[in-house]
Amino acid sequence: MIASNLQQLAEALIRKTISSVELTQLYLDRIARHDHQLNAYITVDAAASLAQARWADQRLAKGEGGPLTGIPIAHKDIFCAAGWRTTCGSRMLDNFVSPYDATVIRRFAEAGAVLLGKTNMDEFAMGSSNETSFFGPVRNPWDVSCVPGGSSGGSAAAVAARLAPAATGTDTGGSIRQPAALCNLTGLKPTYGIVSRWGMIAFASSLDQAGMLAPSAADCARLLNVMAGFDERDSTSLDRPTEDYCREIDARQADKPLAGLKIGLPKQFFGAGSDPQVMRLIEAAIVDYQTLGAEIVDTSLPNMDLSVAAYYVIAPAEASSNLARFDGVRYGYRTPVYRDLNEMYSRSRAEGFGAEVKRRLLIGTYVLSHGYYDAYYLQAQRIRRLIANDFAEAFRHCDLLLGPTSPSTAFKLGAKAADPVQMYLSDIYTIAVNLAGLPGVSIPCGFADGLPVGLQLIGNYFSEARLLNAAHRYQQSNPWHLRLPPAFAE
Amino acid sequence: MSLTLEQVRRVAHLARIEISDVEASSTLGQLNEIFTLIEKMQAVDTQGIEPMAHAQEMVQRLRDDRPETTDPGQRREAFQALAPETGDGLYLVPKVIE
Repeated sequence: MIASNLQQLAEALIRKTISSVELTQLYLDRIARHDHQLNAYITVDAAASLAQARWADQRLAKGEGGPLTGIPIAHKDIFCAAGWRTTCGSRMLDNFVSPYDATVIRRFAEAGAVLLGKTNMDEFAMGSSNETSFFGPVRNPWDVSCVPGGSSGGSAAAVAARLAPAATGTDTGGSIRQPAALCNLTGLKPTYGIVSRWGMIAFASSLDQAGMLAPSAADCARLLNVMAGFDERDSTSLDRPTEDYCREIDARQADKPLAGLKIGLPKQFFGAGSDPQVMRLIEAAIVDYQTLGAEIVDTSLPNMDLSVAAYYVIAPAEASSNLARFDGVRYGYRTPVYRDLNEMYSRSRAEGFGAEVKRRLLIGTYVLSHGYYDAYYLQAQRIRRLIANDFAEAFRHCDLLLGPTSPSTAFKLGAKAADPVQMYLSDIYTIAVNLAGLPGVSIPCGFADGLPVGLQLIGNYFSEARLLNAAHRYQQSNPWHLRLPPAFAE
Repeated sequence: MSLTLEQVRRVAHLARIEISDVEASSTLGQLNEIFTLIEKMQAVDTQGIEPMAHAQEMVQRLRDDRPETTDPGQRREAFQALAPETGDGLYLVPKVIE
């Protein structure tokens, strides 16, 4: 069962070769057996999951099953789910049981999917290694001495070890694509605005976007069909016609399925900054894309090198505003000892937030403070425009862009934990996509010394169907994504 | 550019994060390394470039100002159950005005 993709699981449930209760129990058993090695989940509630599974079985019995009915899905612990503890990886929300469902959670529930558990993550999604979680680091199923990437590291480890068939994630600067790359998964960050942010705990609102991590691109397309859609409650949700993101994947397979597709190689992705073993696999994938019929062209994103600098102004600035709500008054952590209101605020925040979150709140507060706003915040926003313009120029003559997702494979736990700048540079190839608001996907493209390597494809706005199809056609002839980490293959 | 210890303390106060002297000095070193990275931006001439605040050019939608639920009292109870301290339907904090 753990080797089945979402389509096969849906067919098995409709044919009644397995019930949703049985399938959910199978994954709950795997979590019980394996998760002590990974720490991928923060909260598992078997009774709640099985109740949802029983309801799904009733719907299936009546012939009312849809593509995800009865399928267990893990959710990053950034999505509020009614009755579920929702921590965002922070001590600040350690005791927070959400009174409502995020729109993403509601859409999955309405589709009949089962909430399998809440996955570990970097605190408030700030991190690239899942080491900043209050609930301890997550380990990579391919080598438990290595990080799974972050911030959606719990979702990545859970799916990679098949402790869930698929999981949601969020991506503010690479937090879906980088852990997908480091854990041999397909991870999609959709176009900004197509998946609702309502009930998704905010980090940097102009960059945050929900997406998913799953073994294959076809799985991601099925999940996106459920997740995407206009939401009145999210003021940045885009009101556009419903799309079937599976339509290109489901179309007939031609001899050269990607004939006519122009893939650009931005030279900034092919500089000296990456591990040569990673680049050899990326070069091999480029040849595979030519075999599939794609035309490869050279291109450039001249301002991409500035993306990390601009991001570490914009994201902390937005975070310092968003996280001002955590004050120990209405919900969340309150310090036990304080003399007055100010001390209650500042001590609750000092004790409730971890070191990386506090660092970013200080950066954000500084760049927004009087006298520095123009030099930092406005300058970063102007550079953001230049970066978005670079992409627009590249998409005048390319359909997709291709490069590595991460400059290296998974690194050892602790290797970068004491050096924030080195950690920030792990996202050098993913951040620009968030600044521009574009869709990007990471797909498995091989292994270097036993560790997975991810290939990134970037599309123009709203090109998810084409992007996922380009990923899918590669996966049809290069099934790296079907490999399981040996320690978790049973 | 380099931050001073005094600036770190001031920013921590603005952010309402209590910070000890030891923390302030270790934070100072890290922030200065991060700002060395950020300073790369200053070399770029962005005159005439419109700041980009958002990924999608869109206008703010408006909605009618009506409560979604017919039973606001019940919501209050659910929300206040999460609060560290409440009384008579209010959130309690230390006395601000003597």
